[in-house]
Amino acid sequence: MAATAIRAVGINKWFGEGEARTHAVKDVSFEASFGEMLYVVGPSGSGKTTMLSMISGILRPSSGTVAIEDADIWSLSSDALAEFRLQRIGFVFQDYHLFPRLTTAENVAIPLILQHREWDAALAEAARNLDIVGLKDRAELPPLKLSGGEQQRVAIARAIVSRPDILIFDEPTASLDGDTGRNILRFVREQILSHQRCIVIVTHDSRIYEFADRIMRMEDGRISGVERSQLDAH
Amino acid sequence: MPGILKIAYKLLINDRAKFAALLVGITFAVFLMIEMTSLFAGILSRSSSTVINIGASVWVMDPAVQTVANTIPLPDYVLDEVRSIPGVKYAVPLYSGGALLKLHDGTYQAVNVIGLDDTSLFGRPEIIAGNIQDVFAENAFIAIRDAEFYKLENPRIGTEFELNDHRGVIVAIGQVASSALFGVPTLYTTYNRALQYIPNTRFTISYLLVEPKTPEDIARIKARVAKRGYLALTRDEFVAKISDFYMFRTGIGTNMMLMTLISFIVGLSISGQTFYTFILENIDKFGAIKAIGAKGSELVFMILFQATFVALTGYGLGVGLCAGLIWLARWRLPDYAAQVTFINLGTAFVMVVVIAGLSSYVGVRKVLRIEPFDIFRG
Repeated sequence: MAATAIRAVGINKWFGEGEARTHAVKDVSFEASFGEMLYVVGPSGSGKTTMLSMISGILRPSSGTVAIEDADIWSLSSDALAEFRLQRIGFVFQDYHLFPRLTTAENVAIPLILQHREWDAALAEAARNLDIVGLKDRAELPPLKLSGGEQQRVAIARAIVSRPDILIFDEPTASLDGDTGRNILRFVREQILSHQRCIVIVTHDSRIYEFADRIMRMEDGRISGVERSQLDAH
Repeated sequence: MPGILKIAYKLLINDRAKFAALLVGITFAVFLMIEMTSLFAGILSRSSSTVINIGASVWVMDPAVQTVANTIPLPDYVLDEVRSIPGVKYAVPLYSGGALLKLHDGTYQAVNVIGLDDTSLFGRPEIIAGNIQDVFAENAFIAIRDAEFYKLENPRIGTEFELNDHRGVIVAIGQVASSALFGVPTLYTTYNRALQYIPNTRFTISYLLVEPKTPEDIARIKARVAKRGYLALTRDEFVAKISDFYMFRTGIGTNMMLMTLISFIVGLSISGQTFYTFILENIDKFGAIKAIGAKGSELVFMILFQATFVALTGYGLGVGLCAGLIWLARWRLPDYAAQVTFINLGTAFVMVVVIAGLSSYVGVRKVLRIEPFDIFRG
């Protein structure tokens, strides 16, 4: 049985004060394992992005605990948590958030530079990761010269360049057409996922459900159901 | 250079339009600030040129004197009284007054005539052509080769002219440390000849130049002179008095300070707004790298580096531009008064630091406030 990568226990999140107080995530508990690709799906406002932020060390839960490999991440100081994210978690954002004034390779190298790696070594590592995502020849171009799918691959290269064992994807196909989105997720499934890595993807794009190991449905801040995907049948 | 600063540097200079706008803003502000303060420094320096050029340790004058040019004649007995003060090594009279010199082409040129004590020639200029002894010859004058020299039609030794309808002749050419403020050439002669050539009031001494036996004697000399109803000032005090007059009683200082302040505000507005836009455009990316694991201090470091880089580059360009313009102006206008001093450079530098600080402060606040969660929420 694969080791547990993420364990969330009884996490809650309230926003606002007084009458405007909203209970966005309600007593959510779940586990995700290494080697697993877990989808969190649900309608807008169901709390999936809030939950994703809490398990990735970005948004502090109002109550409950989040452990990554048995380490309670919310007991860390703010700087230690930033360092933890830098070392252990890779992010792929919905809008990629690539710096348009940097080259593709420089964008990919940012996590390594934040880890105080030498500039040339970081760029060389970035180039290797761009090769993994099939964009080696785009290393010197600015991101705006790339297509949406290529930008998504650059964002993936940036997320994996520091070899984190947890990858967080936020709506990875929201800005892509159907075929490109499926190709990206197929690529992630086949090339990025490994036994030492856990990938959590928030999406409401049902066209890519086929690549999930498990699909966790959220509704009104709660987990409404967890289902094994068709992959288990194979 | 640490990688994080290299990223900050590339983010800055690769956005060429904003980088150029930032540089233009700061360069222009620095240029204006240094130009204004240099002009003022030049005016102040030249306003005291006679005091600097004569070089006496203590000047005795009427208390109502505001500038060295506006003399109020002293009676002769003051000279005797000052000479009798214990601690006075020597005291000599100085004449300073204006006259009209008729040039060879028949036009008139206003000149400043300095009459030196006949016995000692105390305060004489450095002679670069001719002999100082020749100033005792008939009708003799020394012309000063400064920025105004050409207005005398570049005279040589032996050149004759008319001064207040008297014949004059140039017997030597001298040079002094500083040109006068009002663009008027200077002639030196003896005290008594100056009185002969220039119509005067009952009293004739413009200033008494006093040399104390020791620096400790200055206080006693000042007190004794004050007892007689006159004013004794050291050279530095007299220069400061003249500077105060131009700074606070003529409007020149106020106007210059206003212009400097306006330059500062213009620089702050342009660079502040551009830098803020620059930060705003990249705010989501800063949020993203904060989510990835950048610490707040690292982001602040990046922004401060960018602001410092722009400020120092703009400062250098502004100083260069100002120096170039002053050089160009001096080439065409020899009596252009601007003078770049370390105080000007320091003032402009402090103002640029303030501009960079305020501009980056807004950006730092913005970047520190962005929450990585906002990036997820879009």
